[in-house]
Amino acid sequence: MDQAAVNYHGVPQTHAETHDHELSFWRKYIFSTDHKIIGIQYGLTSLCFLFFGFCLVMMMRWQLAYPGQALPWPWLTKLLGDARMPGGVMAPEFYNQLGAMHGTIMVFLGVVPLAVGAFGNYLVPLQIGAQDMAFPKLNMTSYWVYFLGGLIMLGSFFVPGGSAQSGWTSYSPLANITVPGNSLETALLSGQTIWLIGMVFLITSSLLGSINTITTIIQLRAKGLTWMRLPFFVWAQLVTGFLLVLAFPPLEAAGVMQLMDRVAGTSFFLPSGLVVSGKELLVSGGGSALLWQHLFWFLAHPEVYVLILPAMGIVAEVIANNTRKPLWGYKSLVYSVVFLGFMSFIVWAHHMFLTGMGTAINAFFQTTTMIISIPSIIILTALILSLWGGSIRFTVPMLFALAFLPMFGIGGLTGLPLGLATADIHLHDTYYVIGHFHYVVAPGTLFALFAGIYFWFPKVTGRQMNDTLGRIHFWGSFIFINGIFMPMFIQGMAGVSRRLYDGGTTYLHAEHVLTLNKVMTHSAYALAVVQFVFIGNFFWSIWRGRKPKDNPWDSTTLEWATPTPPPHGNFPAGPPQVHRGPYEYSVPGYEKDFIPQHLSDDEAKKKDKEKP
Amino acid sequence: MMEKLLGLPINASAHGVQIDRLILWVHVLMLVLFVGWIAFFIYTIARFRRGRNPKADYTGVKTHASSYLEAVIAVLEIVLLVGISIPFWSWKVSAFPTEPDTVRIRVIAQQFAWNIQYPGPDGVFGRTDIKLVNEQTNPIGLDRSDPHGKDDITTVNQLHIPVNRPIIIELTTKDVIHSFFLPVMRVKQDTIPGMIIPVHFVATQTSDQLREQLATTIQFPTTKSLDGKVAMQDYAGKDGSVIAKKGRAISTDTINKLVENGITKISVGPRYSAEIACAQLCGLGHYRMKGFLTIHEQADYDKWLKEQLEELEQ
Amino acid sequence: MSAAIEIPYNVEERPDTGLYNAKLGIWLFLASEVMLFGALFSTYVLLRTGAEHWEHGAEFLSIPMATVNTAVLIASSVTMVMSWISLKMKNLARFRGFMGATILCGLAFLVIKIFEYKAKFDHGYLPSTSTFMAIYFTMTGLHGLHVIGGMIVNGYLWGPGAKMWVTEPQRFTNRIEVAGLYWHFVDLVWIFLFPTLYLLPGK
Ligand code: HEA
Ligand code: HEA
Ligand code: CUA
Ligand SMILES: [Cu+2]
Repeated sequence: MDQAAVNYHGVPQTHAETHDHELSFWRKYIFSTDHKIIGIQYGLTSLCFLFFGFCLVMMMRWQLAYPGQALPWPWLTKLLGDARMPGGVMAPEFYNQLGAMHGTIMVFLGVVPLAVGAFGNYLVPLQIGAQDMAFPKLNMTSYWVYFLGGLIMLGSFFVPGGSAQSGWTSYSPLANITVPGNSLETALLSGQTIWLIGMVFLITSSLLGSINTITTIIQLRAKGLTWMRLPFFVWAQLVTGFLLVLAFPPLEAAGVMQLMDRVAGTSFFLPSGLVVSGKELLVSGGGSALLWQHLFWFLAHPEVYVLILPAMGIVAEVIANNTRKPLWGYKSLVYSVVFLGFMSFIVWAHHMFLTGMGTAINAFFQTTTMIISIPSIIILTALILSLWGGSIRFTVPMLFALAFLPMFGIGGLTGLPLGLATADIHLHDTYYVIGHFHYVVAPGTLFALFAGIYFWFPKVTGRQMNDTLGRIHFWGSFIFINGIFMPMFIQGMAGVSRRLYDGGTTYLHAEHVLTLNKVMTHSAYALAVVQFVFIGNFFWSIWRGRKPKDNPWDSTTLEWATPTPPPHGNFPAGPPQVHRGPYEYSVPGYEKDFIPQHLSDDEAKKKDKEKP
Repeated sequence: MMEKLLGLPINASAHGVQIDRLILWVHVLMLVLFVGWIAFFIYTIARFRRGRNPKADYTGVKTHASSYLEAVIAVLEIVLLVGISIPFWSWKVSAFPTEPDTVRIRVIAQQFAWNIQYPGPDGVFGRTDIKLVNEQTNPIGLDRSDPHGKDDITTVNQLHIPVNRPIIIELTTKDVIHSFFLPVMRVKQDTIPGMIIPVHFVATQTSDQLREQLATTIQFPTTKSLDGKVAMQDYAGKDGSVIAKKGRAISTDTINKLVENGITKISVGPRYSAEIACAQLCGLGHYRMKGFLTIHEQADYDKWLKEQLEELEQ
Repeated sequence: MSAAIEIPYNVEERPDTGLYNAKLGIWLFLASEVMLFGALFSTYVLLRTGAEHWEHGAEFLSIPMATVNTAVLIASSVTMVMSWISLKMKNLARFRGFMGATILCGLAFLVIKIFEYKAKFDHGYLPSTSTFMAIYFTMTGLHGLHVIGGMIVNGYLWGPGAKMWVTEPQRFTNRIEVAGLYWHFVDLVWIFLFPTLYLLPGK
């Protein structure tokens, strides 16, 4: 310990500052190795992708509500061109492209980089009292690999035949035979191939990033910051990191194999004897279509918890801060999140109930799926119970965090019928599934991310976001997002399949629920309008927002122990020493309702006497 | 009843009740939990808002009642799992009917159609070979020179079955993964290339019975489309001659005549009261990969089979 | 620049974890690599059990060449360890020698592999020939990429990277240890690949 302490305090504080000025613009803002700059880069990039993913889905929603009618925006039709929009009407291929890319972009380029790349990068080192990530250069590399992966994905829209169009799940053999190449060149320059190459980049980036996060959390915790004193957010990021490190490589392997199938003519996922468009497929055969699904879901199920755990972490922080009391059941939260992470590796086949499984395997995966719902319930219950006895401030971040709870509740609870294989027979691949997971990722995760943005905005920019606009953004989003996703359950129950280009118009059983498509579409457009309030507020506040004090929310965790915004090296007075748990709010015997983690008892007592 | 409550399609199969029951019970559980939680949640945020409760309580909830609640939820989940879901699955994948009157049908999916093969009077499916596939004349590559293949009936997108008899459908696909979905039968099964996966069920209602339940009354003039709709009964004009015949489509002409004769309200139902849907993304035509399911009384089914055979002979 | 910030435990071990950062990092990386090759080996098992016919690798793969390659890789692992020990004994010249040998072994491995590949291609055995060939080329190809990656890192540490020996000898030694862990892993993967692809009988 001693040697470490010497090293820690051996850092001369002025040193860092003088160095700051020597950096060129490029090194400081573009190829920066500072975790905060990288976090901001991740944040801005992923927000742009989120917005782009939303734009894609808005085009789809038009087609779903008004199938076969020309888009009402002629300029857009012109921009998209005749191949995609023959006569102004969306082509089915293009609808499928939009669907596949919406899913891919939202998950891999939007939410994960925002939740893990931006929030994780920016906050984890601050919350554990470190000066930076364990491997700053690697950190920069992960961002740029992500950025390249994003560009590659975007580029895929422009190749002949368009982007990937076999769903974000890219099931084989469909993904193998869609827009295939007759020559190596066309095979390389086709949407699905580029999707695979893009995925390899994104996977690599995630792997590097999560190795960095895990190492940082394990190695760079400040003195006195024991495991049970870590903010819950850091725990969530730690488990997320492990999920990414262990779940992504199998998809990378699968990606390489599908790439081989497309480019080198192998048949990893192609069984013998396929006939496509009346012609026998001339491949060696002997592959397995289900192999792809196993490898894909082995990643993609843990991946959905990657989407939710950081969100839960953010919500926990915001709730503790705005109830002015410690989280209820901190330990059970921690154990649950670790258990959840572990379990998420053995439920993947609940996405494959209808692929022809026997009773034993099916019973196994149903059971694990039921088991995995329990830790989620424990986490949510602990968060709700944390409200009891609080002195709740309804700040904008708190509004989003509170709304997260019932919204995740709806999304999570609707996971139960899907997890019971017998009920899934009817519900599988209907809009019920779309409703289920959008409730967890959109009014769930997205709301948590909004909460996080409003909460840490002052930390990052040194400015406060406008409160009134924030409230408008919240209520508008809350109403319209339910308007989009609630009707999906009704359609799903009625048996309307997902990924239908015409929204189910062809089918009799969809007839009586078709008008809901219009409700959803108009809610989506209203939601979009409300987002402009947010975007406006966001940029206006960066330059014009009110300047807050260093700790505007009277928070306890270490990120608020730094100046706002934090300088290079984070803690100018040297790395902090931690004396207490993360959420010491309203401690009996103290005047002030919060005691920062880095204050010793004496300091806390002294501070308590100071007049505000 | 259950179907209406949940907004499910009509159930016309024997086993569907169990699926519906599970969906119902799990939703009851979800609803109770959600209402309980949300009530507590709203009460709590109202009671402990800053204005009413300026000083927070460091400890908060002191009981551990929630642990019991969580245990109860776990137990209820297990009950649904062990009580309904797992036994049902075991029935689904292993309790195939063995009665001699079991109907066997093969469905071969392709982009974007359902090819249906009946074994014919000999009860044995003819050999198929991908070398014989011809998109127009022989989409499944049936070998007519095989003795068992001579009498096989094949259709595209038209699945006919008898009511109240066990049915086994063997599912496979020529190209990509599809998913064979009969909403009213509560049957859904992915078709996987390289695999033959059987499903079994018993239909409990005929297409006509289903149509009766789906019938709606249309008031003229109407903006509703009458595509794919047929009249549910004969409608006669003032002179006694039938204008709209039961089971026939209704053209604009017919409507005009009806109105002229003072009939402004008619009952219509869907021509095909049950459908086959494709539930798995299978390419650009996925959305239109629709088939039709017709459920006959036994006598009508036999008649249909005979017609098909006669057609085959020609 | 990050030089301004002194990240702790880059050099010395953190007492409560007993690890320095890069060592933890490489173990995590290797865990992900285990999952990567684990998925590929699972693919092998799955496709093989599902197949009616499976080739016996020995019939057209060259066991002598692969045996030599196995020996070469094992030797390179030994020299890798020796190079690390040399640094521990504060002998940079000896380090250079052993590290150089490691790199040369890697090169030898690749050259032999290229000859093997060429022989396959000449006989018309391509990845598209059969599932076995697909797996053979994919797995050995991916493994080959890992060898190349390792050689690049080792080459850097042998050449320009060795400057660190003067300024931060302990940290440099750590780097060699970490590179060594990776190299052993690559070696280990081959030790699994060799029997799986070359020796296991067909069916
Ligand atoms: C963040 C993402 C996320 C999360 C957290 C979950 C959580 C769960 N999911 Fe979901 N799921 C997806 C994302 C997610 N899922 C996606 C993207 C798909 C579709 C992929 C595709 O096919 O494209 C999918 C699909 C999917 C399927 C496959 C359906 C099908 O294709 O047929 C299944 C089946 O078992 C399932 C089950 C579950 C279960 C049991 C949970 C459980 O973990 C849920 C446990 C939670 C609870 C039980 C809630 C408890 C709530 C409270 C205590 C709060 C109440 C509070 C108040 C009211 C204030 N999910
Ligand atoms: C994280 C994942 C995620 C998220 C957040 C969303 C968000 C949304 N999704 Fe999506 N969706 C998927 C993942 C996601 N989706 C997946 C995986 C599929 C399946 C694909 C497949 O079939 O393969 C799918 C499919 C899917 C469908 C079904 C298509 C079909 O089956 O044919 C629909 C239909 O309405 C839909 C709609 C929406 C809508 C309206 C939103 C809205 O909630 C969007 C709201 C968006 C925002 C509110 C953006 C906010 C951003 C900003 C405001 C940016 C600000 C910028 C700066 C400040 C710089 N989605
Ligand atoms: Cu066939 Cu969708
Ligand atoms: Cu899942």
